[in-house]
Amino acid sequence: MPRLLTGNRLETGDVLWWAGSDWSLHLKDAVAVDDDGEALLARLLPEERINDLTLIDVDATPDGWRPRSTRERVRAVGPSVRPDFALPSLPVEAI
Amino acid sequence: MYRYDEYDQAIVDARVAEFREQVERRLKNEISEEAFKPLRLMNGLYLQLHAYMLRVAIPYGTLDSRQLRMLAHIARRYDRGYGHFTTRQNIQYNWMKLEEMPDLLADLASVEMHAFQTSGNCIRNISSDQFAAAAADEIADPRPYAELLRQWSTLHPEFSFLPRKFKIAVTGSKIDRAAIKLHDIGLELVQNEAGEIGLKVLVGGGMGRTPMLAHVIREWLPVADYLSYMEAILRVYNRHGRRDNIYKARIKILVNDLGAAEFARQVEEEWALVKPLGLDPPPSELARIAAHFAPPVLDANAPVAIDLSNAEFANWVTVNTHPHKAPGYAIVTISLKAPGEIPGDASADQMDIIADLAQRYAGDEIRVTHAQNLVLPYVRRADLFDIWQVLKAAGLATANLDRASDIISCPGLDYCTLANARSIPIAQKLAVKLAPQEADLGELKIKVSGCINGCGHHHAGHIGILGVDRKGEENYQLLLGGSGAEDATLAKILGPGFDENGIVTAVEKVIDRYKTLRAGPAERFLDTYRRVGAEPFKEAVYG
Ligand code: HEM
Ligand code: SF4
Repeated sequence: MPRLLTGNRLETGDVLWWAGSDWSLHLKDAVAVDDDGEALLARLLPEERINDLTLIDVDATPDGWRPRSTRERVRAVGPSVRPDFALPSLPVEAI
Repeated sequence: MYRYDEYDQAIVDARVAEFREQVERRLKNEISEEAFKPLRLMNGLYLQLHAYMLRVAIPYGTLDSRQLRMLAHIARRYDRGYGHFTTRQNIQYNWMKLEEMPDLLADLASVEMHAFQTSGNCIRNISSDQFAAAAADEIADPRPYAELLRQWSTLHPEFSFLPRKFKIAVTGSKIDRAAIKLHDIGLELVQNEAGEIGLKVLVGGGMGRTPMLAHVIREWLPVADYLSYMEAILRVYNRHGRRDNIYKARIKILVNDLGAAEFARQVEEEWALVKPLGLDPPPSELARIAAHFAPPVLDANAPVAIDLSNAEFANWVTVNTHPHKAPGYAIVTISLKAPGEIPGDASADQMDIIADLAQRYAGDEIRVTHAQNLVLPYVRRADLFDIWQVLKAAGLATANLDRASDIISCPGLDYCTLANARSIPIAQKLAVKLAPQEADLGELKIKVSGCINGCGHHHAGHIGILGVDRKGEENYQLLLGGSGAEDATLAKILGPGFDENGIVTAVEKVIDRYKTLRAGPAERFLDTYRRVGAEPFKEAVYG
């Protein structure tokens, strides 16, 4: 099963997705880390710039990554009760 | 309104400066997140699902218009234009940036507000009756006593690292609007035959994983000595509370393990040692504080009779206003529960409008209720129609106080890292479904929490809903028969849980059955449940 690396930016709290060489605000940019996940974590943790670094399970779907847990889908999209905050490309229906 | 003296202001200003430096050091990586996290939590800053969340303290739920305008300013300047009023009479902002916190806290300090003691194992913000000083049923204003507790507990070194968080509520009325039986300490002002005022002391209530109702450990405590008695309670707890097990660390577990009588005995023993130390303030100090809370000058000739020919307005007056101490006055509750909206959320514009109304019509005061609504405490009945029109234009004139659509809801999985399930969408769906029949149903308190921590008071709901995780799916348990008022009881789980649509249907079935069982229009759902028990409702839902 594919895995993504995610966390919250220290300065702003923004939800971030690991996009291969840097972080992105958008789930669609995420790159699966698969077997490299632990090594990446071990490298990024001591840098202390991203909070709550976590590897999460996702499914690859025709519409892109779909996190397995509701919690991570809510993180990716935004509060389901504020559709006005969600991106058109990732609406609350994706939760 | 209490106004800060030079000491209060100096403490808050020093704290802002200290945190500014701590944030700078964290941003430069001079301190680790591990070291920094407790520091930010001590300043009310949590990391939630989407961003940082800031919880701002609103002591005993009282604000003036200047402070509410500042809360609106913060929503606009630092957040996305809204805030969430909580069941502990505070406000939470959901889209905070760490790098902006120092400026934000300085803004707050400029109106005598802060965010400390809104997290961590300390004495949390003191809560109280939202109708304080205004309710016809009140013995005396509880807020001077709450304010003295605030001063005593602010940065109190001995009580900054308690076994667990500690919540105190104070009320001045037999009608309990502050849920005193569900707090670590509940204080109720009582009057003896000689007309003197004292305090009844309850200890060991709480919700969360192990809900319990508080026990009375003293029927009468002279107000002159209450601070040293509080200190004695905290000392016994600090000494014996279970620091070894987070789930057993609240004072309710200690009171339960020792028994209320033995706990009370130990407090008396400790008090005998503490009292002679001279902690209790002289009566003049309590009088000085009490003077700050004097109600505004009221219009002695305010007319009682008003024009109620507009039916919609008349209904709002019936449902959302309460009898006032002063003739010709009313207490207005502004519902933040328009069906379909997010319970407890208010936009910056709405906050400004309410601040203007408070300044113009209500003695410049606003109160926050534990049911996540706002209150204007001193309103001339003759001004009600003008106020109602302004509220109506702002989407704030929903007439549903204590009714089926006036639902308490925690943020749940839409915001909260600890959540198992979403709570707001459940509240929204129920409110929309039940609003058309709520006038017939009468008082019905529905409360929703997104996890066992119980921030949404589900154990105190006439109907409580608890979000749980069932094999990775959101699932909801249904609880019936709770109350957080003077007739407090803990709600009990009815049976197996439901999915999001299932729980809404289940609540509808419970209500349909209630309508067939109800002894008459005066019998509330809670009364019917208490009379007939859970069985008929079980049968209605699962049968
Ligand atoms: C979103 C961030 C929040 C976090 C991380 C949080 C955390 C917690 C935790 C861990 C508990 C259980 C404590 C215990 O029993 O030992 C708790 C209880 C509680 N929280 Fe929250 N909470 C949050 C938001 C809220 C909100 C929004 C409200 C008001 C709507 C609230 C009001 C309460 C109340 C009233 C209790 C029950 C107190 C008791 O157990 O006596 N909290 N919270
Ligand atoms: S009850 Fe649980 S989900 Fe709701 S706010 Fe409290 S901790 Fe979060």
